[in-house]
Amino acid sequence: MTGSPMTGLPLNGAPVKGQRAVRLRRQTWFRRVVVTVVVIAFLIPLYGMLNFTTHDPSGQVDLTTWRTLVDVNKISTDYPDLATGFVASVGLAIVTVSVMLVLLVPTMTWVRLRLPSMSRPVEFICLLPLTVPAIVLVVGLSPVYSWLTDWLVYFFGESVGESTIWLGLAYVILVLPYSYRSIDAGLRAIDVRTLSEAARSLGAGWPTVMWRVVLPNLRTAVLSASFLSVALVLGEFTIANLFSRTNLQVAMYLLGKSDAQISIAVGLVSLVFAFLVLFAMSFVGTTRGRTTRSPFRLRRNRQEST
Amino acid sequence: MSAPTETARGVTVELTDLRRSYGGIPALDGLTLHLAPGELVALLGPSGCGKTTALRCLAGLEDPDSGTVSVGGRDVTGVPTNKRDMGMVFQAYSLFPHLTARENVEFGLLLRKRAASERRSRAAEMLDLVGLSSQMDKYAHQMSGGQQQRVALARALAIEPTVLLLDEPLSALDAKVRVQLRDEIRRIQTEVGTTTLFVTHDQEEALAVADRVGVMRSGVLQQIAAPEELYSRPVNDFVADFVGVTNRVPGHVSGGSASVLGGRVELLPGSAGDGTATVLVRPEHLTLDRTAANATVVSASFLGSHAKVVVTPDAGAEGTAAAPLVVQVRSADVGSFSPGDRVCVRPTGAAALAVAAG
Repeated sequence: MTGSPMTGLPLNGAPVKGQRAVRLRRQTWFRRVVVTVVVIAFLIPLYGMLNFTTHDPSGQVDLTTWRTLVDVNKISTDYPDLATGFVASVGLAIVTVSVMLVLLVPTMTWVRLRLPSMSRPVEFICLLPLTVPAIVLVVGLSPVYSWLTDWLVYFFGESVGESTIWLGLAYVILVLPYSYRSIDAGLRAIDVRTLSEAARSLGAGWPTVMWRVVLPNLRTAVLSASFLSVALVLGEFTIANLFSRTNLQVAMYLLGKSDAQISIAVGLVSLVFAFLVLFAMSFVGTTRGRTTRSPFRLRRNRQEST
Repeated sequence: MSAPTETARGVTVELTDLRRSYGGIPALDGLTLHLAPGELVALLGPSGCGKTTALRCLAGLEDPDSGTVSVGGRDVTGVPTNKRDMGMVFQAYSLFPHLTARENVEFGLLLRKRAASERRSRAAEMLDLVGLSSQMDKYAHQMSGGQQQRVALARALAIEPTVLLLDEPLSALDAKVRVQLRDEIRRIQTEVGTTTLFVTHDQEEALAVADRVGVMRSGVLQQIAAPEELYSRPVNDFVADFVGVTNRVPGHVSGGSASVLGGRVELLPGSAGDGTATVLVRPEHLTLDRTAANATVVSASFLGSHAKVVVTPDAGAEGTAAAPLVVQVRSADVGSFSPGDRVCVRPTGAAALAVAAG
């Protein structure tokens, strides 16, 4: 290598390029190793679950568990808790996402437009559930639910008052931090003030501004918040169990005591579902800007063309 | 500039004694403004002078602390923005990103429950008016800043507003597009005949497009007049300084005229009384020759249509040594002046404003 007599540093760029290439190769290898370790760490338990549910105790391949799982009639009859838990969790996911969006999107938009001084307190309140353990949340919510259940039973009867669906209110608190972060990022990405003022000057009232201007432009953020909430609700166990309600996770736990294979198979399905949800979320995030067509717009166009 | 005309579309706009303060600091301090039907009035002033607040009060986006806003003889002070029927173009790009240019223009018509066919034809007509027929299916991110502001203008005009409000719509654009679009705004406004309030901090823009220009300072309207009058007959030194370039020349006032740089100039109404004063003289109201030298050339710059020569006058009989003066000369003459040249600078005699010295 030709070097400077004074400094010993290379005079041409080739050795520097060579060093950079070596560094890049090392980084690439490091990345591959990390990804491999992470994938193994995730896949081994999943493989274990799959293996456990596809073999009988003697080690022979046995797909009875999965056949049972896809047979809706059989699973409803043989494992009623599972069906109940699944329906409850889906219902809870819908209620949680709906209440969260109705509560959070207008509030955050309003705070951004009219009460910017309240943005810090609102952020604090929304992030607070991160610091409160589920068990403490249950202790705090117990008297509230006790009162709510009495009131609902009194007015609507036991079937409504003691329904699992009311857990959705607690779940809204649970998903607040994640939803807040997603929607906040969405609101930061657009000039809500100018867009809403433009819409109002064109004759839009506040509901129209929210429905036709703010929401379509928060599509990605709202979808992210919704997906995260769904994933969280489908995986929630502690609150439901401590309130003696049956959701998917509680049902799986109960099932695990009587039929471990079905329990693990359901666990595997719900994990894969959660992965798919997160994958869909990242896909939605990356396609933003390329596909800015809103569902509202498409629907309107369809109506016009008919 | 054409005089304001009565049109079928234009309405009268009256802002009366508007006051609005933020945290005790007045943004509008008793603003009274009248817009004739079909007139384009520009509000001009430095940042924080209250011009945008005035426009927002008219739009209903701000509630004045006191005072009234009336449009077409109807008091709309308490009427919400969405019921005021005004079109507005904002400083920031305000096209709805999820809609195409055509859908943006249709937005206001959709809210007015117009039929789809009517919306489409009106949107096409408006986009044609702003010269963007070929861009109607593009989204905001696929258009340049100038195109976005044109679509915003088409969107504002599509609803056939009673009043058109333009809140510094050109400030985010580059110089060439700005000049092009401001001329288009004027053409379209004349064509459509909507009463228009245009807010800007760019004096050239205001003078170029407006029937009348109002100069604001600290929430107070200093002067409102036709561009020529505002330029040639400013009522105070703030207006004279803010609109165009002004030389502050020491002089001596006596009997309605002032002695300046060895010559005499007539004084405008509102000038300071007899005694020592500062006379505000425009660069084109000074001449240079080689007779009795009383100044030294500092620099000479070619500016295309004309040239600018900066001279430092000697300490004269009228007062202390003056600050450098800017003199406008023909561009062909710029070569005859070099730094260090001794020249004679004199007023042409055009009327000027004299203010108390200090």
